[in-house]
Amino acid sequence: MKSLEDLEKKINSELTTKINNTEIKHNQIYIETDKEDIIDVAIFLKTNQDTKFRQLIDITVVDYPEQNQRFEVVYLFLSHEFNQRLIVKYSIAENEVIPSLTSIFPSANWMEREVFDMYGVSFKDHPDLRRILTDYGFEGHPLRKDFPLTGHSEVRYSEDQKKVISEPVKLEQNYRNFDYESPWEGTKYIKEEIENNDKKN
Amino acid sequence: MTKKIKNLNLNFGPQHPAAHGVLRLILELDGEVVEKADPHIGLLHRGTEKLIENKTYMQAVPYFDRLDYVAPMNQEHAFALAIEKILQIDVPIRAQYIRVIFCEIGRILSHILNVTTQALDVGALTPSLWGFEERETLMTFYERASGSRLHANYFRAGGVHQDLPKGLEEDIAKFCETFPKIINDLESLLTDNRIFKQRNVDIGVVTKEDALDYSFSGVMIRGSGVPWDLRKSQPYDCYESLDFKIPVGKNGDCYDRYLCRIEEMKESVSIIKQCLAKMEKGPIKSLDGKISPPPKAEIKQSMEALIHHFKLFTEGYRVPKDEIYTAVEAPKGEFGVYLISDGSSKPYKCKIRAPGFSHLQSMDYLIKGHMLADVPAVLGSLDIVFGEVDR
Repeated sequence: MKSLEDLEKKINSELTTKINNTEIKHNQIYIETDKEDIIDVAIFLKTNQDTKFRQLIDITVVDYPEQNQRFEVVYLFLSHEFNQRLIVKYSIAENEVIPSLTSIFPSANWMEREVFDMYGVSFKDHPDLRRILTDYGFEGHPLRKDFPLTGHSEVRYSEDQKKVISEPVKLEQNYRNFDYESPWEGTKYIKEEIENNDKKN
Repeated sequence: MTKKIKNLNLNFGPQHPAAHGVLRLILELDGEVVEKADPHIGLLHRGTEKLIENKTYMQAVPYFDRLDYVAPMNQEHAFALAIEKILQIDVPIRAQYIRVIFCEIGRILSHILNVTTQALDVGALTPSLWGFEERETLMTFYERASGSRLHANYFRAGGVHQDLPKGLEEDIAKFCETFPKIINDLESLLTDNRIFKQRNVDIGVVTKEDALDYSFSGVMIRGSGVPWDLRKSQPYDCYESLDFKIPVGKNGDCYDRYLCRIEEMKESVSIIKQCLAKMEKGPIKSLDGKISPPPKAEIKQSMEALIHHFKLFTEGYRVPKDEIYTAVEAPKGEFGVYLISDGSSKPYKCKIRAPGFSHLQSMDYLIKGHMLADVPAVLGSLDIVFGEVDR
């Protein structure tokens, strides 16, 4: 499809019920779907002659701990043929297992391993779901919002035991996280927001 | 009587000069033929994405230098562009030229390192000695503009940190005159070199289809004959107004990728020349005082400026709630930033898409059936830097 608007129409008419919402912004299409439909959506996007999203650029998860459906899974696609980018998203609850895309895009393998490592989201039918970036024997999922920035354990060489040991983090000084909340007007949009609020009141 | 022969498991790295950093590659060997390769990465994992979530937008920039540390400014560029698009601010034309010049310098830096170390891996020492001399010259340009040779922290949302010092433009122009000769010298050592060709031609062949399936980008996809370059297809900053060609390979082997890199260096020199010719005096960062800090001289005079300076360096500027994926053509391929802002002065999430990550994951596919001695050749042509793979 030449234009993003045509593509949006095409996707909505072909996938109908599988698509919950579409939006065009920043010259990219954002699509919302469901966990059950992601495989069908991915196959359609990859194989259809009018979409040809042949490349899976990345898979990631966004953590919103305050929401019921805590994780939002995000897939980024690229179509070389039509020079378009597309973002597919869906939300899941904490312990849900989601389908793996490795059978459609071989490159999904490590991306899903990274998601598993960083967020603890499990994938069904993944050939080799191991941790990838963190250390051997690491515990926890670092990119979750409730994982502390300093981590839980630190590693050092112990002169007494003559080996590398792992122990709980000890900080000489607590991590300082200042709250800069202020009446400063800041950027333009904040100004507008303040003005709007004033009008309402 | 038949005897069962067990395959040999070999640990390649994490401390191995040809592993290009801290890669632990577990190879399953049948004689000298590689049956399976399992790369273990993460030995350089520093939690960049987590750290960025806890820093203001300006404080997050230096983390990008530490990803692909042989071409630092290209990464900063992706992050700056992402913020600019959300904030919808314009970048002054001079700043665009400066950024493109330094991105192309970064490209040359990265390609020199890759081409010469790839040669080193297959047995040629001289190219790296010659190449590193040029890298040193280029890094002094980095230093003169930003104050540091490697971790520049130079790009900002809305432009660059400061203007180029006096004389730097002339010196870069001089370099552009002498450097093509060095490329020719390197080529005379390698391009027709019998040993270099024996080690690289028809090694690590990637077909067009597989290059797409494995999410290859940059030289890895162009070497396989796909003319795809984000500088041309989705131009950012002033790339649209510049005239350059996209070198494309034919066979998708290590040798074609080497040729692509050599040609790209020549194109980069031409891009830098064009930028220098077109560049005019003018502002180098956004004039919006709520995003760019005021000049030092003004702080001494104006109360307003002092307050803005203080607020920008403590709280930082706020970015409205939005999400965006921006990608640039880094020397190694598509480097992308998926940025989610929540209206505060810190990113809610910043996912970094590193080209090396997808390239390295195809190691098993690339090396299967090759000899053990081909492992460094293939690894070299993948152009892996662990800063960006491990993040």
